[in-house]
Amino acid sequence: MAKDLPDTLRKLRDEIEGYARGFGLDFFEVIFEVLRYDELNMVASYGGFPNRYPHWRFGMDYEQLAKGYEYGLSKIYELVINNDPTYAYLLEANADVDQKLVMAHVFGHGDFFKNNYMFAHTNRKMMDEMANHATRIRRAIDRYGVEKVEDLVDRCLSLENLIDYHAPFIQRRPRPAPGGEAEEEQQVQGFATDREYMRGYLNPAEVLAAERKRLDEERGRLKRFPEQPERDVLLFLLAHAPLEPWEHEVLSILREEAYYFAPQGQTKIMNEGWASYWHSTIMTQKALRDSEVIDYADHHSGTLGTRPGALNPYKLGIELYRDIEDRWNKGRFGKEYDECDDLEVRRAWDKKLGQGRQKLFEVRRHFNDVTFIDEFLTAEFAIEQKLFVYGWSEKRNQWEILDREFRKVKDKLLHQLTNFGQPIIEVVDGNFENRGELLLSHRHDGIDLKLDYARETLGALGSLWRRPVNLMTKVGDKGVMLSFNGKEHQERRVEP
Amino acid sequence: MPLKIEQDHARFKAIVRGRIKQNLRKFIQRGELIGKRGGQAVTIPLPTIDIPRFQYGHRDQGGVGQGDGDVGSVLGPGAVEPGSGEAGQGEGEHALEVEVSLEELASILGEELELPRIQPKGHDHVVATKTRYTGINTTGPESLRHFKRTYKRALRRQIASGTYNPAAPVIVPTHEDRRYRSWRLQPIPENNAAILYMMDVSGSMGDEQKEIVRIESFWIDTWLRSQYQGIECRYLIHDAVAREVDRETFFHTRESGGTMISSAYKLCQEIIDAEYSPSAWNVYALHFSDGDNWSADDTRLCLDILAKRMLPAVNLFGYGQVESPYGSGQFIKDLREGVGGDEKVSLSEIADKEAIYGSIRDFLGKGR
Repeated sequence: MAKDLPDTLRKLRDEIEGYARGFGLDFFEVIFEVLRYDELNMVASYGGFPNRYPHWRFGMDYEQLAKGYEYGLSKIYELVINNDPTYAYLLEANADVDQKLVMAHVFGHGDFFKNNYMFAHTNRKMMDEMANHATRIRRAIDRYGVEKVEDLVDRCLSLENLIDYHAPFIQRRPRPAPGGEAEEEQQVQGFATDREYMRGYLNPAEVLAAERKRLDEERGRLKRFPEQPERDVLLFLLAHAPLEPWEHEVLSILREEAYYFAPQGQTKIMNEGWASYWHSTIMTQKALRDSEVIDYADHHSGTLGTRPGALNPYKLGIELYRDIEDRWNKGRFGKEYDECDDLEVRRAWDKKLGQGRQKLFEVRRHFNDVTFIDEFLTAEFAIEQKLFVYGWSEKRNQWEILDREFRKVKDKLLHQLTNFGQPIIEVVDGNFENRGELLLSHRHDGIDLKLDYARETLGALGSLWRRPVNLMTKVGDKGVMLSFNGKEHQERRVEP
Repeated sequence: MPLKIEQDHARFKAIVRGRIKQNLRKFIQRGELIGKRGGQAVTIPLPTIDIPRFQYGHRDQGGVGQGDGDVGSVLGPGAVEPGSGEAGQGEGEHALEVEVSLEELASILGEELELPRIQPKGHDHVVATKTRYTGINTTGPESLRHFKRTYKRALRRQIASGTYNPAAPVIVPTHEDRRYRSWRLQPIPENNAAILYMMDVSGSMGDEQKEIVRIESFWIDTWLRSQYQGIECRYLIHDAVAREVDRETFFHTRESGGTMISSAYKLCQEIIDAEYSPSAWNVYALHFSDGDNWSADDTRLCLDILAKRMLPAVNLFGYGQVESPYGSGQFIKDLREGVGGDEKVSLSEIADKEAIYGSIRDFLGKGR
């Protein structure tokens, strides 16, 4: 289906690639493929991969993209996947200036994929891996029927966000000790002495009691299952749920794909901002011809357009990078600058450091969206970009602007980005009530779960665990235990 | 070559239409069926299926936005899309809205509900045509040249090619720049169908019940319009007495008092007799109520009017009983016993908004 790059496009690619390398961008080989709009919509529905397992939700995404395109509402400009070599797709019908913009944008993404630390552990041969997944799930469908497999995929997708988003970087579990022989049971003995009259003095009763208590607790902990609360609920299910081999395979495939896509969600602002920064730099400083200016400006501003109720990651990202570049060029950072109270002096601050570009390359390597916003979103920036917090007004039954105070804006934004904007839910007990029930706990941070969805999700979980499942959460400030026993849902008040 | 995605696409459509995987039906996000109506187009949200997850309620969560406005000012409708606050990976969590014309909408409706096409009765009147300027073309007579569009094209071309001089702004259109008005021949509709909407506005019909009536009548209207070239609508409201009102009043009046359904049927019948002779008109009489009629005597009177006078004159008599907070009345049972056997009668109970879908099928599924 993909056609070889025609000569004109090949020339453009070589030109743009030259500029990108000239600016110091560092990427894997990028392979561009030219697709018709329906093919592009298809690949986009598949998350960028030409070959995925059959599932209706890809069809749903396709319907949206196809309708959007046919009614002239939206159009996909670029699609690039994190792989080595990096694959990117061009829309056949685009004008040359669009293709140049897309290529410049794609090289930005390519550089980000290769260098940002969040992607260091992703599978760079995902193209092949996805095709393997597709084959394996198709095989399951051939054997067990499409209904059965699709139902399982639906249920697994319900649980897809229950992974440990930082797992690739943190050693959560101690490795099993070499040898691993059962330790001898420890006893509380106190200091040994052969002088009976000294015993009470060397080992006061309260010390012994405290020591006994500590040991008991430790033993209790070892008996708990899992030992530590487990954030990677899918991993826990893979290890302990009574799954059929083919169910195990499907679940592990979906978990792997969730981990592959996770860094892209966690660096959306940085990644899109970086690519936009570079397409704008390359186009305006090098690649743009006079006759293309208007079309370029039109499409560039379309990409960066904002609506009041949604943050555009392209816009926020590129503006933050430009702000950082400016601050490091002028030396507007550090103790001296922070402590300067004189507004005039601050405004005119320019130490002529010229470290902006260098800083940008550093930032794109070592940060993700959360740390990026936390570190670089300044009060001045928030005011300049007119950021605000909005919320739903029950009284007026509509969305309204709640606050423009910097601290609140930043906190809200960080909260939205932390853990991918998902509630933090972990397995705390795999043998709850000593009846083999599963107990999950939601770390409530002020916002309630959507309860009807939580019940449905619990149902999906129960069908995999095959025993009753429970979720401890809060509604307002009251502790609530949601339970599903395979037939019906229950809800009761508990002390948190 | 068919695309691989077609299989997934077909499956998704089958789920939305309820042919397979009934368990997912409750997650379909339809949204309000009618969006804004500008001219002849409406926006309808595309259906999406939301896979349930452990997630925050969006309204509880709020988010961060960007732009002008004071604290307390309102973000316009549609400004906030569910899920847009999250840095997601482009999983469609919001319903995309598309504009479709009413004709298109009717054909979607027909296909969706598998509605039979209506065989109109009445004479074959000659339909006249009328010329209307509806579009723009690149060729045409000079007398129809669209100056503004032509000027814009020329200006755009000159700026893009660098021959525009702001100091001496001379715009010279070339042949390619010219734009002309173009026209279409439109048949003048022949008024041969009439819908008489009747609604109970007694105290027990609340806003929610009216909302149901509004949505349902919109769809019936849309379907019938696609079946006839011209349609006249009349709106009657009644409590203990009936009167004719305009469309706006029909959906927004709040009366109170008792319910005498016969008053509406009498008025309806008078209008039909006076203006819509059954030999030339396809008449649709639709009545919505919560079914709490004043007395058994009145109900008997209604049945009498229906059986003797109204049913012979209309194509279809539809009665939709909307469930109100005070429970649902007796009237639909009386109708069922009295005239339920007549093929021109369709009766439907509408419990809530979800039931509208099935109710439309009840009304229009007879192909009359």
